[in-house]
Amino acid sequence: MNTLAFDIAHLLAGGMLLVSFMMIYQTRLYALLNVFAIHAVFLALWVAWQAVVQAAPHLFVTAAIALFFKAILIPVALNRIIQRMGIQRQVEQVVGTGATMLLGMGLVALSTVLMLKLTGGTNALLREDLAFALSIVLLGFLMMISRRNAVSQVIGFMSLENGLILAAAGAQGMPLVVEISVAFSVLVAFIVIGVFLFRIRERFDSVDVSVLDEFRGERR
Amino acid sequence: MSLPFDQIGLILGIPAVAAALMAALPGYRLTSWLNILASLGTFLAAGSLLISDRPAPTDLFLIDELNIVFIVLNTFVGFTAACFSAGYIAHELETGRLTPVYLRFYHAMYQIMMFGMNLVLITNNIGLMWVAIELATLSTVVMVGIYRTPEALEAAWKYFILGSVGIALALFGTILVYLAAEPVLGEGTAAMAFTRLLPRAAEFDPMILNLAFVFLILGYGTKVGLAPLHAWLPDAHAEGPTPISAVLSGLLLNVALYAVLRFKMLMTANPATLEPGPLMVTMGLVSLVFAALMLYGRRDIKRLFAYSSIEHMGIIVFAFGMGGPLANFAGLLQMVMHSLTKSAIFFAVGHVAQIKGSQKIADIRGLTQSHPALGWSLVIGVLAIAGMPPFGVFMSEFLIIGSTFERAPLLALALVGGLLLAFGALLMRLTGFAFGEPTPGQKSSVASLVPFHVHMALVFLAGIFLPAPMVEWFQAVAQLLG
Repeated sequence: MNTLAFDIAHLLAGGMLLVSFMMIYQTRLYALLNVFAIHAVFLALWVAWQAVVQAAPHLFVTAAIALFFKAILIPVALNRIIQRMGIQRQVEQVVGTGATMLLGMGLVALSTVLMLKLTGGTNALLREDLAFALSIVLLGFLMMISRRNAVSQVIGFMSLENGLILAAAGAQGMPLVVEISVAFSVLVAFIVIGVFLFRIRERFDSVDVSVLDEFRGERR
Repeated sequence: MSLPFDQIGLILGIPAVAAALMAALPGYRLTSWLNILASLGTFLAAGSLLISDRPAPTDLFLIDELNIVFIVLNTFVGFTAACFSAGYIAHELETGRLTPVYLRFYHAMYQIMMFGMNLVLITNNIGLMWVAIELATLSTVVMVGIYRTPEALEAAWKYFILGSVGIALALFGTILVYLAAEPVLGEGTAAMAFTRLLPRAAEFDPMILNLAFVFLILGYGTKVGLAPLHAWLPDAHAEGPTPISAVLSGLLLNVALYAVLRFKMLMTANPATLEPGPLMVTMGLVSLVFAALMLYGRRDIKRLFAYSSIEHMGIIVFAFGMGGPLANFAGLLQMVMHSLTKSAIFFAVGHVAQIKGSQKIADIRGLTQSHPALGWSLVIGVLAIAGMPPFGVFMSEFLIIGSTFERAPLLALALVGGLLLAFGALLMRLTGFAFGEPTPGQKSSVASLVPFHVHMALVFLAGIFLPAPMVEWFQAVAQLLG
């Protein structure tokens, strides 16, 4: 195993994980968008590095999608949507930042232990990649659960998706990675268009059951 | 017998071409006819699979005993729902809830959804399967939100977010399956084709497969509507157009279930892995009991039947989780019966909601008096779904309970308890909307009841007599499922 290749992959994936944590403590939507763009840049670099290491040129397409679509286009589009629709700029949290950070660390520990234990037979690069990917996916979940604004939930979902691309690109010679990343981009574009078209302005309090019951016309 | 055309090409091609045509053509009458025709064509192509030789499996497509059941059922209900939808949307257009532009969009999306679901069922590639489920999800999300009321948008958004999370989990599981297969089968598409995975599944790393299955059942289970992950389902059923509720309950849930079953076969083929059965039995039972309890508090008629769908999916997953030839057979039968009955009920409920102008059970009273034909039809439908003889649902539930009693009496008790709870709730609600003093409403609805009666006739026939070839066929599938 080439140590340099391993170290660089490790550095970039670790960077993504760190940026995932940074997203948790952002309190302003614009800042959150910028941090997400950094997340996507790390992903693009990582995938490009995998393209070199695995000698799989099609992964460059995935890297390019990550860079142009997720790091540039989506943040710019969301930025304009926030401005034009006058969406509230504060990120509303269900759980406080400190508690969320602690939960996040727990999740990372969990996924690392789980992955390293379960995937004993495979090579080290893949194992660490999977551990990172699962951590990022779980942190994305955590963000979707602990936020109320529609836009920050969307960003949580996109960071989760970055984690999945990390796993897919790390799997040696997996076919359809490019197709899957395109399919995901369509999904994300749909969400962003949905936020805009349907004027989903503020938030969805799926935690507050009484509001939902009223929506459903089921209040007694 | 071999046929002069490519059935797989037709089953996938007709919806794709029709979707493009309908997006381009103006006029809702024309497009709704085209929608019916395209669905009929797809159904005929699928039906021809029953009598012809099967196309040989490739790395991309696969036709075997298991998915033929799903494909024929899928295209059949797709066709009857298209017939129902033609009358339904004409009424929606009159009342101004939808505009012609939206209808064009609606029809195109309908065919895209059919394309997505057929692709899930026909593909041999686990990655393509995932992409197709995403496509089917996206098209239904759009249709759930098509009325653009705050409730509909909320429902669509919830469905979208939960559905996306579900398919994200499923993708992680799919990647893990590939990782388990790659050392054995080598890189590339070979390690993603079911037909190649299955014979060598015993050599895969069991730990990775275990983890993959947990992700897959949570992910695709979200789309099946299993209990802790079901939150999107009632909202999506209640707020979208009724033909879509029928298709969601009758088809999309099955399609997700099909994905779970395929991966379950993979797990069973490797003796060193976790037993997938207990996990599925638990999730099924929890869904059943939970949904049965939730049925009591419902005040919206479509929401009521949405919870009933959760209940039935619970029963079906339970049956497949028990495994063995008899339980698998019963689960398969239950799935077909539930699809037919539930979509028929939604057809009838669509009429009711249009006649009364409301979905609230309180606003719908005395149906059997004010609209005898419709009212009694709905009564029959509800009795059938509640599991009364002589309908097919009774028979399949009876088989499930019977086979469970033999092997795990305690589980059977829990199952019977859940079924009785649901039965009571459905009857209680049924007396609410079928009998009593009629509430005011329109004279009649435009749409015809023919699709409803066709479905119910099939369910009735299955209840009193199952043709021998069908029994043999289902037994073969049950054997395949292990």
